Parts: sequence; structure tokens; C-alpha cells
Amino acid sequence: MSTSLRDITYSGVWKNNTGLVQLLGMCPLLAVSTSAVNGVSLGLATIAVMALSNAVVAALRNLIPYEIRIPVFILIIAALVTVIDLALNAWLHSLYLVLGIFVPLIVTNCIVLARVEAFAAKNGVLASAVDGAAMGAGLVLVLAVLGSVRELIGTGALLNGIELIVPGAHAIRLFPENYPNLLLAVLPPGAFIVLGCLIAAKNWFDARTAARTQASAPTTAGASA
Amino acid sequence: MQDTASRLSLRNALAMAAFTIAFTALMAGTYLLTHETIAKSAEAEKLTLIDAILPRSLYDNALLKDEITLPPTPEIGLDDGGHAWRARRGDEPAAVVIEAAAPDGYSGRIDLIVAVAHDGALLGVRVTQHRETPGLGDYIDPKKDKNKSRPWISQFDNRPAGLPADTWRVRRDGGAIDSMSGATISARAVTNAVGRVLAYVAVHRDTLFARGTQ
Repeated sequence: MSTSLRDITYSGVWKNNTGLVQLLGMCPLLAVSTSAVNGVSLGLATIAVMALSNAVVAALRNLIPYEIRIPVFILIIAALVTVIDLALNAWLHSLYLVLGIFVPLIVTNCIVLARVEAFAAKNGVLASAVDGAAMGAGLVLVLAVLGSVRELIGTGALLNGIELIVPGAHAIRLFPENYPNLLLAVLPPGAFIVLGCLIAAKNWFDARTAARTQASAPTTAGASA
Repeated sequence: MQDTASRLSLRNALAMAAFTIAFTALMAGTYLLTHETIAKSAEAEKLTLIDAILPRSLYDNALLKDEITLPPTPEIGLDDGGHAWRARRGDEPAAVVIEAAAPDGYSGRIDLIVAVAHDGALLGVRVTQHRETPGLGDYIDPKKDKNKSRPWISQFDNRPAGLPADTWRVRRDGGAIDSMSGATISARAVTNAVGRVLAYVAVHRDTLFARGTQ
């Protein structure tokens, strides 16, 4: 059981990463990743929604008739997002001011429906919640890197807007004050260019790891024989 | 004999209805639990924004309660109408906080609130909503302005009444308002809109400051 939860986590965060491998839910991902703070905020809200919607669907999976499962899933996701949005606004207002605009965006993210249909409809509550959280964590990872690269190239500083979350904190200036901001990175085309580079980097890393394991496999086999 | 297709449809329709009712009830319940708190914090938020341009010491009435609804007013960008709140001190009109919009931002409409004193002086301006380019034109919003000690928008603070109309242009257009080189469009849109609001308030002073609510 624990290994399978580990597999689910590994699959969500790295192997089947939503941003780099499945390429699902690109619209909010590319629109919001203009800075690391924005990207991570959207990612955290997505973790909450995905873990919760996966868990609820898994709990109800035996009650949902197969033929109408998709509309029921959409109903569940939309209702949960609305509830989270209202609850955040009322009881965690300072957090809502930061995440508020991102929560309704999550309904449009097809990765939520994709995980509900592909995973939660066939698995238990705990495994489904872990799957949702891991997929969301993978998204946070991609959004953090994507946002950091874009804002660094575009503005010469990291963590722009952090003062909205941690009062008194400041953006970190890495490039000198007279750095000519390369706006392309912050504008929509920059999102696609940086994401392309990230996907290439992940594929390169995976290919290298695979080559190494292959190279070392025969020797270990030989040693044991 | 029962037709299985129609039985299946009926069962699915009932299931769909049951799920819809259950989850709508969940949403309605959450709404009922939260709507009062949410309305309160929305009001507090609006007041925080207004506090930045209209000091509490200038008025003693319940500002947000003294609201007037403006009809569609294209001359200050309010194509669908807007609101204004009237500040009074001991029953004497003190200032008005008026909604306005600049239609010509780099990425469309920029929403503003402008505080104008009863004598026509400009007290301050804040951007409430915009879509200007992050890192370029978004310095019109002091939260995004890199100059925290003296943000761009503070140039509009406490400008006396009776300044010539061409004050309300960016320097490049011959006015008195500085803008960042390479990102003039956003600043120009806000500046020109402020000029239009001041002209509008000067013309409609009597209606805006009229006694009594509504």
C-alpha cells in the first residue's frame, strides 16, 4: 500500500507531470505564470481543489451511474470550487486576496476532470486524494520554475509581488537596476518558449537517467550471476 | 414488459437530479454561511482603498452609506453607469469619491476611483482594476509600482483646485505628470481620465454634492 502511494506521488510530481508530460490545463498555466508568486499561488489552489475533488469522486464512485459520470464529475468539481472560493473569501480573507482570482480559474483546468475520470473513478479515497495532491504538486513545481524564469528574464528580479503574501518582504533583484527588461518573457509568447525549454530539459534529464540505468544494468546482472 | 432503455434513462435522470440537488444544496448552504462575512470584507476593502486617497479626518459620515448611482456617463468612461460616495463633515459636504474609467489603456479599460474635495481640489486617485502589461505599464497600480516610497500615482495627491486643464497630461504631451519612458500609454490613459473626471465634477458639482441621500 505504501509503495503504491509512493508510485502515485512519483507519477504525479515527475513521471506524468501535468505541465511537462500530460500538457493538460495549459490555459491557466501559461496565463498565470508571469511571476513565481502568481504561479505558486495558482498551484497551491489547484492542489486543494484536485485533492478534494478526487477524494469526493472516489467516495461516491459506486453511486455514480457510468453513463452520466462526466456531467456528475463536472457538477462535483464546480460545486467544490464554488464552496472553496466562498469559504476562502469568508474565513481566510488575506489568503483569498492573493489566491482569489485563481480559484475560479481552476474550473477551466481540464487536468482536474482528467484525474477524476482517469484515476478517482477507479480508486479508493486515500489513493485518489494523494493522486490529486501529487498532480497539483507537480503543477506547483512547473509553475514555480516557469514563473521564476519568466520574471527574471522579463524584469531582472525574483519573487515580484511577495509583499502581498508576506508583508514587508521584498523582491530579490538579481540583475543590475539598468537591466533592459526583456518583456517577451513576461508576454504570452515567452510562456510557450520557456515551457518548451523546460520540457526539453526534462526529456534530456530522463533520457540521460534511462541511459545510465541501462548502462549499469548488465554489470549488476553480471555481478549477481 | 418494461423497456430497458427507457428504464435506464429514467434511472440516470433521477440520479442526475439527485446529484444536482445535493450539490446545489451544498453550494447554497455555503453561500448562506458566508455571504454576510463576504459582504463585510468587500466593504472593508473598498474603505481601505478610499482611505488611501481620502483621509478619515476630512469626514464624519458613514461614507459608503451615502452612495449615489451615476447614470451611464461616457465622458468619464462609465458606459454602464457607476457610483459615487459623498463625504460630509458635520452635515457640510467635504468631498466626493467617484468611480471612473480610462477606456484607452494599453490593454483596454482601466478602472479608477478619484477623490475630489468640495472646493474642487484633487485629493487622490487609485487604480481599482487594470490589465496593463506586468512589469511595464502596471506601475499605475501602487501595489505593483517598484517605487514604494513615492509611487507614480501619488503625483495626483492633493493638487489644488483651479489648475489649468493641460496640467492633466503626461509631460510628453505638454502636461505636468511624469511617466516612465517606454511605458507612457498606461500613464497617459490614467492622467487624461483624471483630467476628464475633474472637468466632470466641476460641471456637476451641485448635483454631486446635493444634500440628502439619493
